[in-house]
Amino acid sequence: MSDTAMTTATASASATAATASERRINMIEAINEALDIMMDRDPDIIIMGEDVGYFGGVFRATAGLQEKYGKTRVFDTPISECGIIAAAVGMGAYGLRPVPEIQFADYIYPGLDQLISEAARLRYRSAGEYIAPMTVRSPFGGGIFGGQTHSQSPESLFTHVAGLKTVIPSTPHDAKGLLIAAIEDNDPVIFFEPKRIYNGPFSGYYDQPVQPWKAHTDSVVPEGYYRIPLGKARIVREGEALTVLAYGTMVHVTEAVCREKGVDAEIIDLRTLVPLDIEAIETSVKKTGRCLVVHEATRTSGFGAELSALVTERCFYHLEAPVERATGFDTPYPHSLEWAYFPGPVRIGEAIDKVLAE
Amino acid sequence: MAKTARQSATATTTPPTPGAGDNAEAFALRSLQDRLVANPRYAASDDELMHFYEQMLLIRRFEEKAGQLYGLGLIGGFCHLYIGQEAVAIGLQSALNPDLDSVITGYRDHGHMLAYGIDPNIIMAELTGREAGISRGKGGSMHMFSTEHKFYGGHGIVGAQVALGGGLALAHQYRGDGGLCLAYFGDGAANQGQVYETFNMASLWKLPIVFVVENNQYAMGTAVSRSSAETDFYRRGTAFRIPGMDVNGMDVLEVRQAAEIAFDYVRAGNGPVLMECQTYRYRGHSMSDPAKYRTREEVQEQREHNDPIERARAQLIERGQNEDALKAIDKDIRSRVAQAADFAETSPEPEPSELHSDVLVEEY
Repeated sequence: MSDTAMTTATASASATAATASERRINMIEAINEALDIMMDRDPDIIIMGEDVGYFGGVFRATAGLQEKYGKTRVFDTPISECGIIAAAVGMGAYGLRPVPEIQFADYIYPGLDQLISEAARLRYRSAGEYIAPMTVRSPFGGGIFGGQTHSQSPESLFTHVAGLKTVIPSTPHDAKGLLIAAIEDNDPVIFFEPKRIYNGPFSGYYDQPVQPWKAHTDSVVPEGYYRIPLGKARIVREGEALTVLAYGTMVHVTEAVCREKGVDAEIIDLRTLVPLDIEAIETSVKKTGRCLVVHEATRTSGFGAELSALVTERCFYHLEAPVERATGFDTPYPHSLEWAYFPGPVRIGEAIDKVLAE
Repeated sequence: MAKTARQSATATTTPPTPGAGDNAEAFALRSLQDRLVANPRYAASDDELMHFYEQMLLIRRFEEKAGQLYGLGLIGGFCHLYIGQEAVAIGLQSALNPDLDSVITGYRDHGHMLAYGIDPNIIMAELTGREAGISRGKGGSMHMFSTEHKFYGGHGIVGAQVALGGGLALAHQYRGDGGLCLAYFGDGAANQGQVYETFNMASLWKLPIVFVVENNQYAMGTAVSRSSAETDFYRRGTAFRIPGMDVNGMDVLEVRQAAEIAFDYVRAGNGPVLMECQTYRYRGHSMSDPAKYRTREEVQEQREHNDPIERARAQLIERGQNEDALKAIDKDIRSRVAQAADFAETSPEPEPSELHSDVLVEEY
């Protein structure tokens, strides 16, 4: 695709031109900035993980932080995901505020014992005596040809666990504000970073050039400290025809599909799955009467099932059509057939048509 | 090609050995054990020995009563009694600096709470799931905590507390507060993978942590020889350059002496110690245990000839303590325990609303 075509494709996403005072950065830079600001503010914050220190992180999210804050605050660990998370639980219980990185969400499973049975449950079984404030950052999702062990979206494993919060940003602006709120939160937070959109939003057309964040208004990120409260969804686009619930990468794919089809959708970026902004969802669905849920994760027992149930329970008499889901298939994440798995523009488009048809 | 490379390496170069300069001194597995063997028993004063005796006896009587309450249906679910292992918690925890040090253990945790001198009433009330329990009845037998004493539980997942203890030690080191973490686990937990992730990190970063294997010889119904390729658990840190100690966990003075040596070593910034305490659990693993994995005679042998409380008692008598005074102590402890049982039985259960409290810090 030519540069001209790319500019055209992105024009409506970046309706507002950048002014001189607007600073545009990508999601990696936004995350790095949030970590930097919080480390500067609170000496109890430490960063640990595989290659986060000297190397600066496999995606460079922690670049420069060890140089700035030293090896006692930003340090490399052995390849021991359970040990990393366990150490963070212990440090959190002792009064620190660790921000461990699990290099890929697919690597988090050895640490599930510590996340589920320790981090999430410590407060309850000690009747509030001990808490485990910690933010586990982890890149997740596909779209980078990572194959089945570097592409998964395991968010519903964590939303199913009482005592954990699950946060998924979709823009640089939100990534910074949400990460700051997550680090300040006194509960354990799973912070999944959609790695496909680290460097730019994604329309779902994998064969088109990557649009950089700098061309998108949501890459305008204020300097300094600000927070976006956990549990507040973002209305990406107001509309009347249907409500689309999405998070992470799929927010952008949905937006591109609706733009292309000329559908007057109300797109809600959930931002945090737990706590969930159910009021925003309910208000929107009662207005539009139609609802589509989009996620990249596998379908069965995915978070879309929970959203569909909630919408049905709360908005049943306002619904004009059954709640639809556009999701990944119930298969491992493939390498060669990545785009057949990915719920891209075609499947989302068909789902929209179906919701609108009835 | 590969052959050439190998030949040339052998002939002319030595492979690089990163970190060899930092770590060049010889590692000796038994470096601390030699100190213990040279002087194996702590020189307790008469008062100290009496105090150890009283604390161990309190655990024994408390646990006997807990077993009775379980039989009466007042304690539900799981209840792992510490009877037989009392000298381990008392010997180790009496050597702690209570203002600095943290402790974490597995599910057999009643004794470790009592070793702090925590009111038996609120421990027993936790066992019966009452509001007055130390964790408001929400933890139960396996999950008890005390922020006041830096006691981090009480963990029902076998081995998980060891890795969490690594984090506590990392926090002590980060804060530079001079404290150490005492992390207990059993011979069964010693076969969990996450324990070894923590051994590696603890030694790599020289964390202030004492790993204690309470080897009571059985992981539920499986004898160590049936589950463990290396049954000398104190050797299990060798690959991580963690010195090991092999301690008679049925002798409170030997445990205390080992604690002194290990704590000194750890506090000096040398990194972790792995201490194995040889001990024996008289009762079943939990309350429903058919005990088919060992003979009645084996248990009897330990009770009659290796009991930690009887050993301390004999020493007290040897030092001139009067039998009647010891009987009076036992009577007093029995009465405290009976009072704890009454308290645990009569205090109210938590309000139903407690179901939803303490899930998350931030309400939403």
